[in-house]
Amino acid sequence: MTKITFVEHNGKEHTVDVENDMTLMEAAVKNMVPGIDADCGGACACATCHVYVEPDWVEKTGDREETEEDMLDFAFDVQENSRLSCQIKISEALDGLVVKLPEKQF
Amino acid sequence: MSGDVITTDAVIIGGGPCGLFAIFELGLLDIKCHVVDILDKPGGQCAELYPEKPIYDIPALPEVSGQELTDRLMEQASPFDPQYHYSQMVTELIKHGDNDFELKTDGGMTFRAKVVVIAAGGGSFMPKKPPMPGIADFEDTSVFYSVREMEKFRGKDILIVGGGDSALDWVNNLQPIAKSMTLLHRRPEFRAAPDSVNKMRAIEDAGKMKFQLGQVTELLGDNGQLTGIKGKNKEGEFELACDTMLPFFGLTMKLGPVADWGLNLEENLIPVDTEKFETSVPGIFAIGDINNYPGKLKLILSGFHEAALMAQQAFRYINPGERLRFQYTTSSSSLQKKLGVK
Ligand SMILES: Cc1cc2nc3c(=O)[nH]c(=O)nc-3n(C[C@H](O)[C@H](O)[C@H](O)COP(=O)(O)OP(=O)(O)OC[C@H]3O[C@@H](n4cnc5c(N)ncnc54)[C@H](O)[C@@H]3O)c2cc1C
Ligand code: FES
Repeated sequence: MTKITFVEHNGKEHTVDVENDMTLMEAAVKNMVPGIDADCGGACACATCHVYVEPDWVEKTGDREETEEDMLDFAFDVQENSRLSCQIKISEALDGLVVKLPEKQF
Repeated sequence: MSGDVITTDAVIIGGGPCGLFAIFELGLLDIKCHVVDILDKPGGQCAELYPEKPIYDIPALPEVSGQELTDRLMEQASPFDPQYHYSQMVTELIKHGDNDFELKTDGGMTFRAKVVVIAAGGGSFMPKKPPMPGIADFEDTSVFYSVREMEKFRGKDILIVGGGDSALDWVNNLQPIAKSMTLLHRRPEFRAAPDSVNKMRAIEDAGKMKFQLGQVTELLGDNGQLTGIKGKNKEGEFELACDTMLPFFGLTMKLGPVADWGLNLEENLIPVDTEKFETSVPGIFAIGDINNYPGKLKLILSGFHEAALMAQQAFRYINPGERLRFQYTTSSSSLQKKLGVK
């Protein structure tokens, strides 16, 4: 089990214990964290699972792949630490990860 | 396209996999269909959200991509000569009497049908609206999410935001009639057909449009009239003057007008029975992801089954008093004739 904290735009925190090998998106949806829409169910085809990875964790969560980079064109207010949460696989190395959610997935 | 009323047996709202298979099942019973979809192509979620992803649970197709499934359903439906109307949202559904429904679209089309099949899936695919304070005040006066009439944009100072096919296409198509054209995108790469990218670059090189790297942060102007925007990029903040903005951030599913048709929705789904897949209004059916009943599974194969049963009841409404004979496509010469089997 790996501990992940999602911080809503209004500051509300949700810390959840998740199984490894799930994606970050699945972890949010399964634990009913509001603010991740995931219209396409993780197919990297909708950009409604946008999160901001806390700067300390950017390196550990890895680089965006090309399809993810492309899909981020359909997200709003994309920053250096923007990721599509369906493209991040959870592992022990991410224990304690903190991600912020945008105001809206729109 | 607009003006005249189209009279038909059935209108299918939504051209996703379930709507497409409904054409086939209705067609076997000699019921003619018109299909309306807000997308500019058939296939619903399969075509819009995962055209290249494989699906593994379509009976007898161990692996098929979303696009291939769509293509095959279109082929299977083609003997029945369905009429497709894309880029149109059904906005109104009115019951005038038994087996007499009127449907209107936002593109100005009107249908009169004996039965209606709602195969609206997760709802209408609608353009994503950037969550910016005050944007609603500018919508339809200065901010547009689609182009219906190009003439409306003649002589405007246009800002297009985005880097996909829609953004690039409209830069290229509107530039000749615009007063000025600016494209704003967060990175120098584009996720669009190389052809359109080259065309845009050529227009830029000719000095007829400007490309600005960055993202929009604030809208300027008042009383619905945009005068410009504030943006930012790695270098800092900037301002761009424009009187018209077209943001293209792709599509998202929203329930849309289905909610307004008096169908007793429960949690955004339409309750139906499991014998006919009919809604609370006789003659209006709901199949696929949009319906709900005890045990419902949102799977394509469930929608196929629902389409077959729905068609039986549709036949009874359209041919009152006529006996419906159960037939197999393998052995019935009349069904094979309809399918064009030689
Ligand atoms: C990533 C992903 C993977 C999936 N994998 C599988 C799988 O492996 N197996 C499986 O069985 N299912 C899978 N599904 C689910 C499957 O795609 C859906 O069950 C299926 O698409 C539902 O079909 P539908 O025809 O009911 O609706 P949709 O495919 O949602 O199509 C509905 C259409 O109706 C249109 N529409 C809605 N309202 C209106 C209106 N008012 N006017 C005009 N048009 C309108 C919409 O624009 C849309 O095009 C998957 C879904 C996703 C997102
Ligand atoms: S869930 Fe659609 S891109 Fe991540």
